Amino acid sequence: MNLRDTLTLSFETVVSYRTRSLLIVLAMALGVAAVVVLTALGEGARLYVVGQFSSLGTNLVFVLPGRAETSGGFPGAALGQTPRDLTLEDARFIGHLPQVKRYAPLNVGVAELTSGGRLREVTVLGSTSELLPIRHMKLSQGSFLARGSERSAQIVLGSVIAHEFFPDGKAVGQRIRLGDSRFLVSGVLAPQGESMGFNSDEIVIIPIDYAQELFNTQSLFRILIEARSRTDIEPARAAIRHVLKLRHDGEEDVTVITQDAILATFDRILRALTLGVAGIAAISLAVAGILVMNVMLVAVAQRTSEIGLLKALGAPAADIRRLFFAEALWLSLAGGAIGYALGNLGAWVIRLAYPQLPAWPPNWASVAGIATALLTGVIASLLPAARAARLDPVLALSGK
Amino acid sequence: MIRLAAITRVFRMGDQEVRALNGINLDIASGEYVSIMGPSGSGKSTLLNVIGLLDQPNSGRYELDGRDVTGLSETERARVRREKIGFVFQSFHLVPRLTAAENIELPLMLEGIAPAERKTRVDAALDAFDLKDRARHRPAELSGGQRQRVAIARATILRPTALLADEPTGNLDHRIGAEVMELLEGLHHAGTTLIVVTHDRELGARAHRHIAMRDGEIVADEK
Ligand SMILES: Nc1ncnc2c1ncn2[C@@H]1O[C@H](COP(=O)(O)OP(=O)(O)O)[C@@H](O)[C@H]1O
Ligand SMILES: [Mg+2]
Repeated sequence: MNLRDTLTLSFETVVSYRTRSLLIVLAMALGVAAVVVLTALGEGARLYVVGQFSSLGTNLVFVLPGRAETSGGFPGAALGQTPRDLTLEDARFIGHLPQVKRYAPLNVGVAELTSGGRLREVTVLGSTSELLPIRHMKLSQGSFLARGSERSAQIVLGSVIAHEFFPDGKAVGQRIRLGDSRFLVSGVLAPQGESMGFNSDEIVIIPIDYAQELFNTQSLFRILIEARSRTDIEPARAAIRHVLKLRHDGEEDVTVITQDAILATFDRILRALTLGVAGIAAISLAVAGILVMNVMLVAVAQRTSEIGLLKALGAPAADIRRLFFAEALWLSLAGGAIGYALGNLGAWVIRLAYPQLPAWPPNWASVAGIATALLTGVIASLLPAARAARLDPVLALSGK
Repeated sequence: MIRLAAITRVFRMGDQEVRALNGINLDIASGEYVSIMGPSGSGKSTLLNVIGLLDQPNSGRYELDGRDVTGLSETERARVRREKIGFVFQSFHLVPRLTAAENIELPLMLEGIAPAERKTRVDAALDAFDLKDRARHRPAELSGGQRQRVAIARATILRPTALLADEPTGNLDHRIGAEVMELLEGLHHAGTTLIVVTHDRELGARAHRHIAMRDGEIVADEK
């Protein structure tokens, strides 16, 4: 029997045993759909995190006080001393490095914001004018901290804060009290929403000198650095380490990490996670395979006399084997296709429910899901097909 | 041309041996019309199965059209069955989910004949066996006589040299049975070797050669 007739005949068989076929197709489809949906989720999570992290800025390098020991433990513990402060002076030196395009020192704390009888606690960022371009932030009103006027008491409000304190929308030029000092509102940040667990709509930004005074500290929380170009990132990192080591009496007591390195780590972890869930989903396909095998074995038993007839008509064992093989192929093909459609439907529902999550199933997962379904189906049919082909024609004809 | 020499077929049932065929020697020329009769269990079906290469003897030699077919491989036996043998069974053995036309088409499919030619030949067969208006019906929707006509059409669609019928009228009433026999005899007249196993003395008597079996042996062979 030629391939086309084998496929046609087995297709008709699959269609005529409706319930049995639906059962198998469903089992297969659920397995494939699970692979597609779970990988879409994993991939979506990866793209979300990577996207969020990329939106922080470009070619970023971060300096934080304390040495991140690979062996664990907290910074400086190995030497039995607290890490040296990371100072504004350190930041200025870094700013002079040729690979550095711009930099922004950063202090973070919490203080009370009061105005017109209103009072609330806010997260305070102390920084310089460069923070805006480095962090890709935008203003909706006014101006950011003015360059070279770090010593004037200006404040930039997050959009939510601005709305709470100045519902009429006229925040710029108003006075507001933060802690014990009075500030002049110079600008309002455009709404940005949450990013990396940090809601920039509910912060205020003041010049770094005021922040250090407010929090009574000389030590910086971070220095954000933007390298001149992608290729400058690593040289910048090396140069920063070198400069800070010199300035800190030869101690490497700071941690310099690049945005790329963090991104790569996230990317790696989330990819592994996606692969893991895909693997787990694929196991459900193996279970479907066992179901296929059982149902096919039953089918061979049910159709024994038909197999005998085909043999009496002169069908060689190979034809019989191929017929059952083709049946499994059709079933897993249908299961794979329906599962793929179901999975994409599921991913679409997820994207509807969580618009910020780009839950698109990766191509490799769709291909792998369908391929696994086909492979499982075909492997599962090997034994039943061989059993059918081996049947003794005389016994088979009598239905034994 | 069928030539069986010292054919023995032994079945083992536990520690018991059943000699279904016990040293059968039999020559059947091309175009003969032979009936095989005998009590139940005398080996008639087994003989037919061996002749049709469905079953293999434990010993002896079988020549079909001058070729020794005793030691053929499974694939080769399948090919010989397809090309030279047509089987007709008591219980019709139609594939229930296929229509009459599709059942008749099966051997053509197995032979790998192109769809266009298949259609012509199936149409011709439907015509010849008076099944034209039943072409799209499934076996469940056919009468016994119609079912057996479909089975005969299927058995002869590849124009076999020998038609082997194992109690072809066993499930049919007398009148329909006689019609089916006439159909088979028509094929014999067209040149096919016809071997019919039957219980019915009257139908058996219509053959030109009468073989009687008992306990796996041929006890009478009359023309
Ligand atoms: N597959 C088998 N296994 C065991 N015994 C069998 C088998 N087929 C046939 N026989 C035995 O062989 C003998 C001949 O059977 P069979 O050819 O079917 O007889 P008939 O067709 O004349 O009624 C019987 O005794 C039967 O029980
Ligand atoms: Mg019998």
